[in-house]
Amino acid sequence: MTAQAAGTHQSSLIADDIDAYLQAHEHKSLLRFITCGSVDDGKSTLIGRLLYDSKMILDDQMAALEADSKRVGTQGGDIDFALLVDGLAAEREQGITIDVAYRFFSTDKRKFIVADTPGHEQYTRNMVTGASTADAAVILIDARRGVLTQTRRHSYLVSLLGIRHVILAINKMDLVGWSQDTYDTILAEYRDFAAQIGITDFTAIPMSALKGDNITEHSEAAPWYDGPPLMHLLETLPVEDDLQSRPFRMPVQWVNRPNLDFRGFSGLISTGVIKPGDRIKALPSGRESTVERIVTFNGDLPQAVAGQSVTLTLATEIDISRGDVISIAGSPPPVADQFEATLVWMDDEAMLPGRPYLLKIGARTVGASITEPKYKVNVNTMEHLAAKRLELNEIGVCNLSLDAAIAFDPYAENRDLGGFILIDRISNRTVAAGMIHFALRRSQNVHWQALDVDKAARAALKGQRGRVVWLTGLSGSGKSTIANLVEKKLHANGRHTYILDGDNVRHGLNRDLGFTDEDRVENIRRVAEVSRLMVDAGLIVLVSFISPFRAERRLARDLQAEGDFVEVYIDTPLAVAEARDVKGLYKKARAGELKNFTGIDSPYEAPEAPEIRIDTTKTSPTEAAEQITAWLEGELDYSI
Amino acid sequence: MVVAALASKPEISPATLTHLQRLEAESIHIFREVVAECENPVMLYSVGKDSAVMLRLAQKAFFPSKLPFPLLHVDTTWKFQAMYEMRARMAAELGADLLVHQNPECVERGINPFDHGSLHTDMWKTEGLKQALDKYGFDAAFGGGRRDEEKSRAKERVLSFRSAQHRWDPKNQRPELWRLYNTRKATGENFRAFPISNWTELDIWQYIHLESIPIVPLYFSQVRPVVERDGMLIMVDDDRMPLRPGETPMMKSVRFRTLGCYPLTGAVESTAATLPQIIQEMLLTTTSERQGRAIDHDQAASMEKKKQEGYF
Repeated sequence: MTAQAAGTHQSSLIADDIDAYLQAHEHKSLLRFITCGSVDDGKSTLIGRLLYDSKMILDDQMAALEADSKRVGTQGGDIDFALLVDGLAAEREQGITIDVAYRFFSTDKRKFIVADTPGHEQYTRNMVTGASTADAAVILIDARRGVLTQTRRHSYLVSLLGIRHVILAINKMDLVGWSQDTYDTILAEYRDFAAQIGITDFTAIPMSALKGDNITEHSEAAPWYDGPPLMHLLETLPVEDDLQSRPFRMPVQWVNRPNLDFRGFSGLISTGVIKPGDRIKALPSGRESTVERIVTFNGDLPQAVAGQSVTLTLATEIDISRGDVISIAGSPPPVADQFEATLVWMDDEAMLPGRPYLLKIGARTVGASITEPKYKVNVNTMEHLAAKRLELNEIGVCNLSLDAAIAFDPYAENRDLGGFILIDRISNRTVAAGMIHFALRRSQNVHWQALDVDKAARAALKGQRGRVVWLTGLSGSGKSTIANLVEKKLHANGRHTYILDGDNVRHGLNRDLGFTDEDRVENIRRVAEVSRLMVDAGLIVLVSFISPFRAERRLARDLQAEGDFVEVYIDTPLAVAEARDVKGLYKKARAGELKNFTGIDSPYEAPEAPEIRIDTTKTSPTEAAEQITAWLEGELDYSI
Repeated sequence: MVVAALASKPEISPATLTHLQRLEAESIHIFREVVAECENPVMLYSVGKDSAVMLRLAQKAFFPSKLPFPLLHVDTTWKFQAMYEMRARMAAELGADLLVHQNPECVERGINPFDHGSLHTDMWKTEGLKQALDKYGFDAAFGGGRRDEEKSRAKERVLSFRSAQHRWDPKNQRPELWRLYNTRKATGENFRAFPISNWTELDIWQYIHLESIPIVPLYFSQVRPVVERDGMLIMVDDDRMPLRPGETPMMKSVRFRTLGCYPLTGAVESTAATLPQIIQEMLLTTTSERQGRAIDHDQAASMEKKKQEGYF
């Protein structure tokens, strides 16, 4: 077993002079790294070895390890280090989500946090999660097998997440007789590939994690290798070294107001350095002020740097709230509402263009949708493929449109101001991770035209309140029939109305759309936008669309002012609608002649809290129209 | 004792923050994020050393404001007397709103660790916690869990999502990227937040040392009355403890590495009476922290099971 120079030194200091040890330990830095590779490459063995060599294995754990090694180990009774970390193997057997596990160890010089993630393609999201906080990546290669597809995939993800320090651990060198030729061949092949994906700088180490060669000490088995052993490299890599030299940025998490005399802005400094007296700018408002104090529990600071959580007070009162970004005045981040970004899709439910999601970046959460998927990347070959949607674990480049402008930096420059997550508005799940490339130029050039005559003015002229009555339900549920009757009644009452009917709109505005999930989303998005324009014009709009997905109905609702969206659920059971089959569509769908038919092979998500629900098994179309009209007329406020 | 205030060094090195500075900043960030986005958060306060660090981090996160949430102690009535004293002292010093919950069913049935075995923990702690969260309608609860404690915690999220029935579904946890935490949830759903996920036991001790954080004296060695029972040294903390035939309390110099219900918490023989000595002993010691707790010996993977049921 390898001599444990680092560990031995630590323990003697602990025993002889604990105060000196504590002093030294206090000044350790922290390195977060990720290990990439499959179980076969020796990843678990390597992590187990690092824990063991840094004396992080205690007696009771060691006893359990020895017992387990004899019982289920793969090393013929010798210690199987992989067992130390393989909670993951058990998970696989139980079918539980294979996950990111975090391990901790420390040496004389550093504390380490290792994100241990599985390597297979179906776990891309886990690896991306682990990589998002890593300062460094250790990519393992089995010397017998060389650069494999998964080596490429891992390297691509490491490069995508912008991990700056890459260590190529060419492992199991003992099994190829410590052949320098083998090592050189692998190295050359990897260097060619790495350059293609933008990894220009990496360090390669020949090693045997199992035997402990080139882990903590330079191995005599490879006299031709004159670089450092792995532990030495991990102890000396620069950490977050360049963050402080960049322009000051701090997303505001919380406005600190203990009393009327104190107003502070709390956050974690993302980049740069700040001192009292520095001129700052708040984004997206663009208002400027000067830093007065840097407040902490331990007293005011003369300066604060990237990585610290602080509270700033300003010399003048300007309006700043949670989600804003405070930056140095001379070098503020740009502000935009449309971006090109890379997305890593993390949810079982596929990404659909046009669907409204929530985007969280820094401390800001805004509505967002994908306007244009450009391509997806085959993570094994780096090929770009045309894509209309992204499935779980797929990576693609897309354009996004936000409901509001945000301050940002490209991800390559700042992880906090360029990295975001997308959240599903219905399930609340985190469905994607994204990295901003740049703002789209049109978002800076298309400005909103302010108009003097507004919605209220137009509606007042008609003596009514513009709003959308949104009828949703299965095909054949009676939506169009009812909408038609409602319009007749409203018209007779002197209301200005318009019907947007699913079938009719598909003959014109939406005739380029089919019935895939993507097209259904786009179909609803367009109708929602058109109805918004009509409501803006003061009309009462009757929308008669199957609109099967809750998310899109939510989008339509969100486009309207509070109370201007009236959801009417025409509740007809599938069996009843199918028995009626007015247009003969169900028959066709059952015969397989019509694909993606709602209720048959495409889902219908019933409204959870519609303003009005019509049970057509108990209510005739005429009665339904009367109910809806009465509800609207009773609700309508003509006083505006 | 050395008192070096962590963040108040006159000149911060322009090079690199220390590991404790980075951990502290991360924890503060998590506290603020949850408070900013949740309607009714609470901090679970168990009076132990991890809680002591959590309390200090929370103070730092919101200074000069007071804690923007109450503290909740899910009490079992079987904690060490010294813990109750510390609880009262901390609440007074911080001016914090302290809520104490004791499961009324346990009170009524007299559930205790001597007669009721693992039911004691299930009912006082697991059920008690759920009752308290429901009673006050808390939608987020801060806890002092750390990933280095044992295997199933290594995979735990910083924000651990729970159903309205407080169940933890390991298959349905949200990915956590960068410093972004998704706090969205439906009505009734809630989550546990673990701001010190990435701290190790050594980090905790070192921070207590550097920041001079007050901790329960039981962590320091002192001559105390103990009996040896089932391989553990159990302190006779009050007269509710029935002695078995042949048991006579012995006076031994002992201390505690973790604190819980006194009849379930094993002491270690030790002479470590200062923080550096405790740290020294911990670093030279050769058994891991949770060995002193009876709860983990029940069965393999017991912690994972308890968590699924709603235990912290």
